[in-house]
Amino acid sequence: MASPHAQKTARTVLSAADIQRVVDRMAHQILEKTSGATGTVLLGIPTRGVPLAHRLAGRIHAFEDIDVPVGSLDITLYRDDLRLHATRALGKTEIPGSGIDGRRVILIDDVLFSGRTVRAALDAINDVGRPSSVQLAVLVDRGHRQLPIRADYVGKNIPTALDESVRVSLAETDDGVDEVKLTGGPR
Amino acid sequence: MIKHLLSAADLDADTATLILDTAGEMAALAEREVKKLPTLRGRTVVNLFYEDSTRTRISFEAAAKRLSADVINFSAKGSSVSKGESLKDTALTLQAMGADAVVIRHPASGAPDRLSSWVDGSVINAGDGTHEHPTQALLDAYTMRSRLGKLDGLNVAIVGDVLHSRVARSNVLLLTTLGAKVTLVGPPTLIPLSPGAAVSYDLDSVLPGADVVMMLRVQTERMQDSYFPSAREYSRRYGLDAARMRRLPEHAIVMHPGPMNRGMEIAPEVADSKRSTIVEQVANGVSARMAVLYLLLGGKA
Repeated sequence: MASPHAQKTARTVLSAADIQRVVDRMAHQILEKTSGATGTVLLGIPTRGVPLAHRLAGRIHAFEDIDVPVGSLDITLYRDDLRLHATRALGKTEIPGSGIDGRRVILIDDVLFSGRTVRAALDAINDVGRPSSVQLAVLVDRGHRQLPIRADYVGKNIPTALDESVRVSLAETDDGVDEVKLTGGPR
Repeated sequence: MIKHLLSAADLDADTATLILDTAGEMAALAEREVKKLPTLRGRTVVNLFYEDSTRTRISFEAAAKRLSADVINFSAKGSSVSKGESLKDTALTLQAMGADAVVIRHPASGAPDRLSSWVDGSVINAGDGTHEHPTQALLDAYTMRSRLGKLDGLNVAIVGDVLHSRVARSNVLLLTTLGAKVTLVGPPTLIPLSPGAAVSYDLDSVLPGADVVMMLRVQTERMQDSYFPSAREYSRRYGLDAARMRRLPEHAIVMHPGPMNRGMEIAPEVADSKRSTIVEQVANGVSARMAVLYLLLGGKA
């Protein structure tokens, strides 16, 4: 609980240029760790994981001229906290035509926090098919895991307090602005 | 989100569109190998059917099971209802069993509305008397949208016994909300006094401008009630046969809520043609009902 005297602060932790560099680096890391992204499918988790997945695929194409299939995986129907909130609208699930059976799936999301979204995503994947392996790439890891889950590719580790929140804006989903901000918490 | 689905009039354009979009996501699921979602695990859905029904009951049952809800089927036959138990006492029994949703079909118009004042869970109208059948309208709208790409501005002809049809009433309400233009077609004796839509008594003149023709079932009990001179005359004037189907524009579709009387309101070659969406409607029914169950029960009660 923030003290009533605490001012709401917002500081930028990643600028547009930072995000671009981070995505470039993650694309390189994916190429490195997957021996050239062979047999790999990128699945973005709506909302912001989807444009991130497309950006990563775009960079991988630019660096090595490899086309990695990109899709989206909505996890709303697999959440464990549905009963705690008003009904949520569903996002899009689009599995690439090649499917995910026997492939390496890389899940992509903007922020890794409790790990519950990723748990739900693993359940969702299980119903779609049987990948040979599943990896996780996130733009920001803010800590405070509630489940034994870790990311394989991390854009930036941002130590946070529980009462702070990480706001990711992407040009595709948030009025053309690329930015990661940290808000709230004590001054 | 609304708590009950009693009438298509309860749905504004945004809510109706949300249900159709959600149904689209649910439909994608039907193509997967594992057609089950954990979403409504631990929730109980009661199918309370006071009238015979196969497709609606099975459709709701499939929808609830695909979302992992527990389903209890209750039909009036062979239950305490045949011993004279009132709707209210049945409702209190369901309440005590902890039903999170009650799907009700009842011969009396307004029964779902009464039920909603007696139970804590959500009530979904699966057809009440000659009043409404909102999930049928949702699956019909979904079918039109997926076949024709849009609803706004579509010309929809609803043909047959509009007066006694809950399907027609719910469709008029929902389609009008979503921007379609509905024309009701049938003999004057079977068109209600205040239809809420355009009316024509001449099917042949309506067909060339129609994007969708929805044929309603002629209920056999009406044939005895002299709403029209004979089944044969009805079929000649308001039945959709192959010759009439050729008057439709190239893209137009033919719908029927089922069960159909082949050779009466719809000819077999029409029912089995490429324009016919009758089988699709059944599949879409499950997706539309999954969407309704998710949106009514998925969140915080």
